[in-house]
Amino acid sequence: MKIDIRYFAWVRERIGHGHETVETEAATPAALIEELRGKGPHYAAAFEDMTALRVALDQELTEFSAPLSGAREVAFFPPMTGG
Amino acid sequence: MASGVDIRVQAALFDPGAVLSEFTARQSGAGAVVSFTGLVRDLGGTLTTMEIEHYPEMTTKALTKIGQDAMARWPLLDVLILHRFGQLTPDAPIMMVATASLHRKAAFEAADFLMDYLKSDAPFWKKEVTSASASWVAATEEDDAARAAWAERKP
Repeated sequence: MKIDIRYFAWVRERIGHGHETVETEAATPAALIEELRGKGPHYAAAFEDMTALRVALDQELTEFSAPLSGAREVAFFPPMTGG
Repeated sequence: MASGVDIRVQAALFDPGAVLSEFTARQSGAGAVVSFTGLVRDLGGTLTTMEIEHYPEMTTKALTKIGQDAMARWPLLDVLILHRFGQLTPDAPIMMVATASLHRKAAFEAADFLMDYLKSDAPFWKKEVTSASASWVAATEEDDAARAAWAERKP
């Protein structure tokens, strides 16, 4: 399936872009990250510490173990710092 | 506005006094209005700008949910959440929340709840830029603890 990926804040900076579309059979965001790590050292650097990351599916916060099927957009970013 | 929440996400500077006056003037039957305004901290005069990045497609959705959760938890008549993004100058207002209720306690508690959830659930990221460096602000354990405390407390 095709899925849009968004990156924000330092995750975006480490990867080098804020948006891409990938073809994947990953079942969860965690499995998708494993695939992305293989794309190069900057991806590996962005996904180095999973405790420092959050994930949203179709603009809703979720878990790394959530099912990816049916989602159109996944976003990876650091803990939020608004307010 | 008895059932809705007033969400504003903007790059433009705002006048906290004017927003609060407008919010207060539109109330009918409320006994209490509470507001909080957050400002850009100047790091002892070294800050050049604060850059706030956000996830536009998610921001309004997340803020609306936080506002609706507050309305479900306290007897509120009105809720306003305003948050800026983009390049902000030192001492400028970043964000504001306002609540209206029949009584003071609900209005204060709900405003506090909105702030705690906004910090951990709304997709904003702050970067502090000085003449020497630029660094992303890290989330604190206190922020997570404050949010967790609300989740444990009975409404």
